[in-house]
Amino acid sequence: MSERGARLLVADDNKVNRLLLARSLEQQGHRVALAENGRIALDMLRQALHSDAFDLLLLDIEMPELDGFGVLEQLKADRALRGLPVIVTSCVEGLANIVRCIELGAEDYLPKPVNAVLLRARINAGLEKKRLRDQQQELVRRFATAEVAQDMAQSGFALGGRRVQASVMFSDIRGFTSMVEQQSPEETIELLNTYYILMFDAINSHGGVVNQMVGDGLMAVFGAPLALADPCGCAVRAALEMSESVALFNADRQAEGKPPLKVGIGIATGDVVAGYTGTQQRATYTCIGDTVNLAARLEAYTKQVQRMILIDAATHAALSPRVRTDALGPVQLKGKAGPVDVFAVDR
Amino acid sequence: MNASIIDAATYTELQESAGADFVAELVDTFLEETPALLDELRSARRLGDADGFRRAAHSIKSNSQTFGALALGALARDIELQGLHPDMAVDLHAIAALQAAYADAAAALKELRDV
Repeated sequence: MSERGARLLVADDNKVNRLLLARSLEQQGHRVALAENGRIALDMLRQALHSDAFDLLLLDIEMPELDGFGVLEQLKADRALRGLPVIVTSCVEGLANIVRCIELGAEDYLPKPVNAVLLRARINAGLEKKRLRDQQQELVRRFATAEVAQDMAQSGFALGGRRVQASVMFSDIRGFTSMVEQQSPEETIELLNTYYILMFDAINSHGGVVNQMVGDGLMAVFGAPLALADPCGCAVRAALEMSESVALFNADRQAEGKPPLKVGIGIATGDVVAGYTGTQQRATYTCIGDTVNLAARLEAYTKQVQRMILIDAATHAALSPRVRTDALGPVQLKGKAGPVDVFAVDR
Repeated sequence: MNASIIDAATYTELQESAGADFVAELVDTFLEETPALLDELRSARRLGDADGFRRAAHSIKSNSQTFGALALGALARDIELQGLHPDMAVDLHAIAALQAAYADAAAALKELRDV
C-alpha cells in the first residue's frame, strides 16, 4: 500500500468535485477510482474485496439513488466493509447532518471546497488508523480463528459464555506416542504440520472452527461462534473429508516407506456453552458442556471398535439418510451414567 | 471584472494546488455541467420534486464554491436552504436570477481560463 500509494474511492455525484478530488489525491500519490452515486460506490467496494480492496472512501452526502447516509448505514451493517475508513466530504448544510455522519461511523468530515492540505492530513490519519486496525485484526487472526476474530469484531471481547446448539468434534492420531519414539523430532513436527493443514482445511471448509490443538489431538466446533444451518451434516462431511485426506496422505507416506497414520474422530451434538474463558489478558474461545465430554469419549472409543468416525444419537438423527451409518447399539462409555447409542459413519 | 463574480484568492489557490492546466479543464467541465444542472433545477421545480430541486441547487452551490463564484454560490445556497416555495413564481424568479449569475460567472471563468 505505501509504495504504490493507497487505493481510494471517491463517491460524488458532482463531476467537478470528482475530478478535483481525484486530481488532489493522485498528486498525493494515491490510486483513485470514481463512483457517481452511493449504489455504484457500494458495488465497487464489494467487488474490490476479492482482489484489490480499497483502503479508504471519500464520500459525498447529497447523491441520487443512494446518498451518503445510506452508504454509511450499509457499510456499518457489512462485516467485510465495516472497517473501511470513510471521510465525508460535503457541503451539506447543518451541524445535525455532520453529527449524523459521525454517528454512522464516518472517520472524519471535511467541508467543501476541500482544502488540499487538510485532505492530505485527514487521509493519512485515516489510513494510519486502518493500518493499526488491520494489524490488530491480523494478530487476533493468527492466534485465534477467523470466525472467532470476526465474532470478537462483531460483539466485542467479553469473558463468559452463551448457550448454543452445536456439534463438537474431537480427533486424534492413533498410536502417535509410539510413532514419535520411532522418528526424529523434526520428522514429527513436519508430520504434524502437514496433518494439521489437511485437517484444518477439511474442518474450515465445512464451517467448523478448530479451537484447541493439543499434541496430535484437536477439538473443533460446528455452529459456534457463528451459527450453521446444519451443524451435524457439516461436522460429518468434514469428518469424511478428513478421512479422505488422511487416506491420500497415507498413500504418499507408503510410497516413502513410512507407516500409515490412523485417525479417530468423535462427534456429538447438543447444547454447549460457548465463549471466552481465561482472564482479561489471556483468554481462549472454547465450548463446555456434556456434549463436549461425549464427543471426547466417542473419539476415545474409536480405538476399541477400530472405526474411524463415531457419532452420537443426536448427530445421527439430523443426518440425511444418504450418509451411510452403522448402529453399534447402546454402549457404556467411560464417565457416562448410562449407556448411549453410538453410530459409526462409513466412507 | 466584478470581484464578487469570481473571488481571485480562491481561484488562484485552486490553480496553485491543482495546476493551471487542470483548472482550465475543470472550468470546461463546469461550463458543460452547470447548464444541465440549471435544467434539472427547472424541471424539478415543474414536477414538484423537492429532493431533485435541493440536490441540483446543492451541486451548483458546491461547484461555485470550488471556483470562488461567490454570487452564484450564494444564490444557489439560498435555493437549497429554502427548498420548493409554495408559490412557483418565487422559485422561477430565483432560478432566473441564478441563470443570470451563472452567465456572469461563466464569462468571467472563460476569461480567466484563457489568460
